[in-house]
Amino acid sequence: MGKTTTSSSISSGLALRGHKTAVIDFDIGLRNLDLIMNVERRVVYDFVNVINGESTLKQALIKDKRTENLFILPASQTRDKDALTVEGVERVLKELAELGFEYIICDSPAGIEHGAFMALYFADEAVVVANPEVSSVRDSDRILGILQSKSRKAELGERVIEHLLITRYNPERAAKGEMLGVKDVEEILATKLLGVIPECETVLKASNQGTPVIYDAESKAGKAYGDAVDRLLGKEVEHRFLDPEHRGLFSRLFRRGV
Amino acid sequence: MRSTSAPNTSAARPESFQLKGGLFPMTLLELKTVDLSVLAAELRARVTESPAFFQHTPVVLGFEQLKEDPDALNLIQLRDLCQQLGLIPTAIKGGSSEQEQQAYALGLAALPKGKAKGATTVETAPPPTRERRTSATQPEAATPTTGTTQVIDTPIRSGQQIYVPGDLIILSSVSAGAEILADGNIHVYGALRGRALAGLQGDETARVFCQSQEAELIAIAGHYLVDEDLRSQHWKAATQAYCVGGKLIIAPLS
Ligand SMILES: Nc1ncnc2c1ncn2[C@@H]1O[C@H](COP(=O)(O)OP(=O)(O)OP(=O)(O)O)[C@@H](O)[C@H]1O
Ligand SMILES: [Mg+2]
Repeated sequence: MGKTTTSSSISSGLALRGHKTAVIDFDIGLRNLDLIMNVERRVVYDFVNVINGESTLKQALIKDKRTENLFILPASQTRDKDALTVEGVERVLKELAELGFEYIICDSPAGIEHGAFMALYFADEAVVVANPEVSSVRDSDRILGILQSKSRKAELGERVIEHLLITRYNPERAAKGEMLGVKDVEEILATKLLGVIPECETVLKASNQGTPVIYDAESKAGKAYGDAVDRLLGKEVEHRFLDPEHRGLFSRLFRRGV
Repeated sequence: MRSTSAPNTSAARPESFQLKGGLFPMTLLELKTVDLSVLAAELRARVTESPAFFQHTPVVLGFEQLKEDPDALNLIQLRDLCQQLGLIPTAIKGGSSEQEQQAYALGLAALPKGKAKGATTVETAPPPTRERRTSATQPEAATPTTGTTQVIDTPIRSGQQIYVPGDLIILSSVSAGAEILADGNIHVYGALRGRALAGLQGDETARVFCQSQEAELIAIAGHYLVDEDLRSQHWKAATQAYCVGGKLIIAPLS
């Protein structure tokens, strides 16, 4: 959980840092990304229309109102998942590259079905989103396996660059052992950590308002996404919000007592 | 090549090749329907589930469990479907005589109905010698074949399956939900969290080594340990597993 939230914030973050970015919703039939990006009332044509040749790519791309460099390609609400074909997706990605897009973020649906496969097939780099729980980590592990065995890069004998993003992390619960810790997840998945996004009520607020949480510079989740984008662009940024907050001397002494 | 060999190399001892009997594991794709669209959909779903298994895996196409008329099956389409999904069809098993002719025309072998020879051989435990792979069916004097060794330096992920007809060395971790199989030994220079099966063809001298024993299953020549038995024995320690008198022992490496 947190893929669409992550796609919206990372694509916004890249655009805010001056990179021409497109974000594509591969979750055909559900359509969440346009809600989180607050463009749902501006959707005329969608990804499947472009693949079927019912509209041009330019007609379907929606320009983000907040930043210059960001465009959204929404999913269709009415179509079947099988509408996505390898050839169709490849054509759209090529065309986006020709239009000068530096980053194309593909928001994958859940699971390891056709839609997820289409979203990852052409990837150069992948941000694998995991929650700090055993079942989520297992799913991420499977996706990493598919990335390195079934993607275009894998077929060519190359490797997709992997990034691990842990989200909905609650340091207090991790410290109590109610959730996996960052180190545990990192170790199980043996993948370089791109960022840790804390569990934060600002995320829900942001998606209800249709503003990606990265714009909320006050919130921990917003800051953590900002750091993750900087790391994606090659900057060395220290991880934060990993440990429980110190609740003053008294509570610390108290905790040590027990 | 020996330069002293007789110039008229007799047909009995050719130098250019050697014929050896071999036992190789082969997956049987036992068909339950002649409706290829149904098969295609279900096979595709399987491919997404365990993609690694479908990478150039040789398969035998089994027709013995078909309830419908096997002649209704389009063998060419079936072969193409398998190839599209990364399988390599090598033979048919239990087909009609027309199908056998068609198989030959497609470059496939035709195996007789009934239990595969290989299957029985695996069940009866062969003597625990290194040469067992070449002993039973080998027509010529046994020279021990050094099984291939495969080294993998990336993690083996959940849902992946790796098989090596020799020794398998993994320089990373094996995830829970992954399965590694080898006819020989298995070395994991990371955490072993999935299933590891060594001595797959019955070699009881094969061993499983790992840096951190957190396995779901460890098996050697069909003798296995799971769950509590593994958790209670050197859990998360560097260990080796080996077989003594048909019993699996987990011992610390130190
Ligand atoms: N860091 C966070 N803190 C609190 N809530 C979060 C956080 N990240 C995501 N959520 C919430 O989790 C829910 C699912 O998030 P999101 O839609 O991003 O997941 P998804 O992986 O895209 O889901 P799906 O698989 O359905 O597409 C949303 O309600 C979102 O607000
Ligand atoms: Mg989503």
